[in-house]
Amino acid sequence: MLKTALQGCCQSAGRIAAVGTLGLSVLALQGCGEIWNNPYAAASPLDNTLYTSFSERPKHLDPAKSYTEDEAAFNAQIYEPPFQYHYFKRPYELVTGTALALPKPRYLDAAGAALPADAAASAITSSVYEIRIRPDIRYQPHPAFVAANRQLSREAIARKFGMADFGATGSRLLTAEDYVYQIKRLAHPRVNSPIFGHMAEYIVGLKEYGVTLKGVQKKLEGAEERETWMDLRSFEIGGVRVIDAATFEITVRGKYPQFLYWMAMPFFAPIPWEVDQFYSQAGMRERNFTLDWYPVGTGPYMLTENNPNARMVLSRNPHFRGEPYPTEGEPGDREAGLLQDAGKIMPFIDRVVFTREKETIPYWNKFLQGYYDRSGIDSDNFDQAVRSGVEGEAGLTPEMEARGIRLRTSTATSSSFLAFNWLDPVVGGADPKNAERARKIRQAVTIAIDIDEFISIFRNGRGIAAQGPLPPGIFGFKEGNASINPIAYEITEGKAVRRPIAEAKRLLAEAGFPAGRDATSGRPLVLALDVRDGGPSDKARLDWYRKQFAKIDIQLDVRGTDWNRLQEKVRKGNTQMFFMGWNADYPDPENFLFMLYGPNSVAKSGGENRANYENPAFDALFEKLKAMDNGPERLAAIEAAVKVLHVDAPWAWGFHPKSYGLAHAWIGNSKPNEMARNGIKYQRIDSELRARMRAQWNRALMWPFALLLIGVAVLAWLGLRYWRRAEAAVALARVKHA
Amino acid sequence: MTAYLIRRLFYAVLILIGVNLITFWLFFKINTPDDIARMQLGAKRVTADAIAKWKAERGYDKPLVYNAAAQGAKRFTDTIYFEKSAAMFLLDFGRADDGRDIWHEIRTRAGPSLAVQLPVFIVGLGLNISFALLLALFRATRFDFASQVFLVAMMSISSLFFIIAGQYVFSKLWHLVPISGYASGLDSFRFLVLPVAIGVFTSLGGATRLYRTIFLEEMGRDYVRTARAKGMSELVVLFRHVLKNGMIPILTGVVVVIPGLFIGSLLTESFFGIPGLGSYTIEAIQAQDFGVVRSMVFIGSVLYIIGLVLTDISYTLVDPRVRLPG
Repeated sequence: MLKTALQGCCQSAGRIAAVGTLGLSVLALQGCGEIWNNPYAAASPLDNTLYTSFSERPKHLDPAKSYTEDEAAFNAQIYEPPFQYHYFKRPYELVTGTALALPKPRYLDAAGAALPADAAASAITSSVYEIRIRPDIRYQPHPAFVAANRQLSREAIARKFGMADFGATGSRLLTAEDYVYQIKRLAHPRVNSPIFGHMAEYIVGLKEYGVTLKGVQKKLEGAEERETWMDLRSFEIGGVRVIDAATFEITVRGKYPQFLYWMAMPFFAPIPWEVDQFYSQAGMRERNFTLDWYPVGTGPYMLTENNPNARMVLSRNPHFRGEPYPTEGEPGDREAGLLQDAGKIMPFIDRVVFTREKETIPYWNKFLQGYYDRSGIDSDNFDQAVRSGVEGEAGLTPEMEARGIRLRTSTATSSSFLAFNWLDPVVGGADPKNAERARKIRQAVTIAIDIDEFISIFRNGRGIAAQGPLPPGIFGFKEGNASINPIAYEITEGKAVRRPIAEAKRLLAEAGFPAGRDATSGRPLVLALDVRDGGPSDKARLDWYRKQFAKIDIQLDVRGTDWNRLQEKVRKGNTQMFFMGWNADYPDPENFLFMLYGPNSVAKSGGENRANYENPAFDALFEKLKAMDNGPERLAAIEAAVKVLHVDAPWAWGFHPKSYGLAHAWIGNSKPNEMARNGIKYQRIDSELRARMRAQWNRALMWPFALLLIGVAVLAWLGLRYWRRAEAAVALARVKHA
Repeated sequence: MTAYLIRRLFYAVLILIGVNLITFWLFFKINTPDDIARMQLGAKRVTADAIAKWKAERGYDKPLVYNAAAQGAKRFTDTIYFEKSAAMFLLDFGRADDGRDIWHEIRTRAGPSLAVQLPVFIVGLGLNISFALLLALFRATRFDFASQVFLVAMMSISSLFFIIAGQYVFSKLWHLVPISGYASGLDSFRFLVLPVAIGVFTSLGGATRLYRTIFLEEMGRDYVRTARAKGMSELVVLFRHVLKNGMIPILTGVVVVIPGLFIGSLLTESFFGIPGLGSYTIEAIQAQDFGVVRSMVFIGSVLYIIGLVLTDISYTLVDPRVRLPG
């Protein structure tokens, strides 16, 4: 019976499969032309929404802790420090954010007497910044502004799963007190702000404030008490005070002109005490209700969906005051159509959807399908997107141009380089006996490493060879031959060309290593390069470095190690050479030169001078220039300092990366800005064009799928036929017939 | 069986303590609490004071396993190991080093992982068994030979290739499904169909060949010969006898992986943008987040033990000859 049933089943299945396949194929062919691959099917294609991506989940959204680019992409749209960078002007220029004006500091001497604006930096004991904010700024709607939500029981909080569960929301006007509150939070022992140590050196009373809070924290007993709200308004900082509802004052030690740049970073964004109290309630942390997870700001956008594993959504802050679009830019901006919206009220975009993409292949393809509005260019996709012109200038490939995609390039305000450890007896300059010999070795290596070749091979030409520590866009950076590092380059027929290898070999011979061997012992010169173990993917790059050193007969010993050990070796000064880089905190030369200031030596003081470089001449110049205002005198001091560095060569100058960005034709007002992260408010979207292009680029193609189905059905039919024949066949048929 | 389960539970606790100790030792052999603090605080302007504060805030300022300065039992309890690990046995996983609740994270991510892995498991199992039966039915034919070549080729190609090729063909060329992303509810079908199909397709090579071998072995047994001699058709023999008896060894390999379906797949989730657990452990290792690493290793061990116990129990269900020792 089972046999009959199975056979019947097979026959029916065959018929059903045939009919089903035919049906599916017809359906499939009917589906041709529709859009099936839209990942945002739930959203209307005409929504005024910017679609972009993020790869690393943000760790901290608390502005007192957040210090990475990934986090700034969100925080800079939510929080408003007193100042911001002009979106268009270069060199980068500070303009007002929530503040009414850029403050002119009042300088005081040791006795507290006022000094003139042009007083010598050495005479200035403290600088007082009085900041007045706009009176019409309101916070985004948030439950923290409702008093009842700040007195919830642990049980009540345990029943909440998201901000919406807190019910009523409120808002209030921004006050000067909120800025002061945030400065106090920098010293909070539970917040652990990364800039507290640095700021405590400058803001008068901040260090002592940290000690006070630490003492208060220590007195709290039990885990619950240690988490309770500490009302920072009850404790005053000597150097920070509220003058009135819209004015506050900060006193910093000495003259520190870079302080205003710090005040353009989210570290100095306002935090209302209500928000701190709200998130400090017992049970909030257990439910992940923290300022790290749910930011509260006054900016153009607020975080309305926070799933860092998949999607973050910013929506227009209904209480945002509106900010006029800039009316001026740098030459060429008007011609490029970037000032068409001058004076109009921002933001122009209603929503920003950040989708997490960990892999570049889906990210790039979604950009080409129009599902991301803009994209960076990975080295894997570089040739598909960019081609070099006759003069070597970057342009788009015809495929990209046909899609209306636009290329935006800018040079990052960052530097990558190879550092020589100044404390090392072979390449370092700390020991006066060997200083001259070591200097010549460093200079020889600087000549030997052909960084232009490196940029061409490993970065698809995306970078410019560094001639010193300062990248473009920073005061003191010079274009053209005027900035050339004379140790590595020479001017031939008006062009800078790398010095010949023979010169590097001569320097090495003068250092006592003719042909790469110790003149006395005959032993080869082996230099050690400590790198983070990057596996096989790093092999080509490291082999290239070996080749560069081999050009001057130096054997390069590459020591791969894990990140922790590498950092430890650098901190203890136990390396010979290592790679490092620096991305500007703010556009001031001090932010790069301080990494070569002797007292900042990492091995001696735990500072950021990882090469442990020390030269009294440079240190004196740095001390002078760091407190100067930009002008010819400062420029001269910077030039002199860079000259010292060229000769000493504590770093083999690497490169300043160039960032290439692509944007679809429907994105307007987009200009790369390496300092400002709050650029979304300036941009606009032509949603209709986007919907049209998406429809054109993504028509579902069903016939291959139908063909595939038919193929499978034919195979199944053949199999069935074969099986039926096999079942019907009779063993030894000829014998039976006979 | 109850006695058996109690004994296994006792063993499980010992195994978990052992796994926990090894994880702790390996982790802190490579990373010191200072390293962890530096990783969390970032590369810029980190001061010794900030590191000390970070460690004190999260309990990393204590000795690793033995506190010589403490008295009595506190010598062992006032340590990083005890404070970070003991509560895990009560399923209190604590917080990640970035301050976020680990259990909340696991709960949130397990759903999407399961949404991919469960269909891959069920459809894959069904398809692999069906295909293996088909090959057993057509054994020693040209179809069988061609299929063997195809399956060996499938086994030889990396799953990454199938993912990239699948995305290229179905999403980029034919525009049939989104290339990556995730949604909840019914809309999730559009995002899951391709990763599931690729997951099933990827598992086809190895599993089908194994099952085919199992079925062929069964088909050579005496009871099958007897069934054929009694005049049963090949289909009846296959479905009534071979399939039933062949399922016993298949069950061994299958049940043990069921609990692990929660853990997800690193490659699939990364390429398809599925916010699952697949990359959670890897990301935690990269971020030197001990809280997450120990929790995920613990959960992995628990699930594996559960899988083994389930396998033992399933034996008794499908084969009456098997009895679990009391």
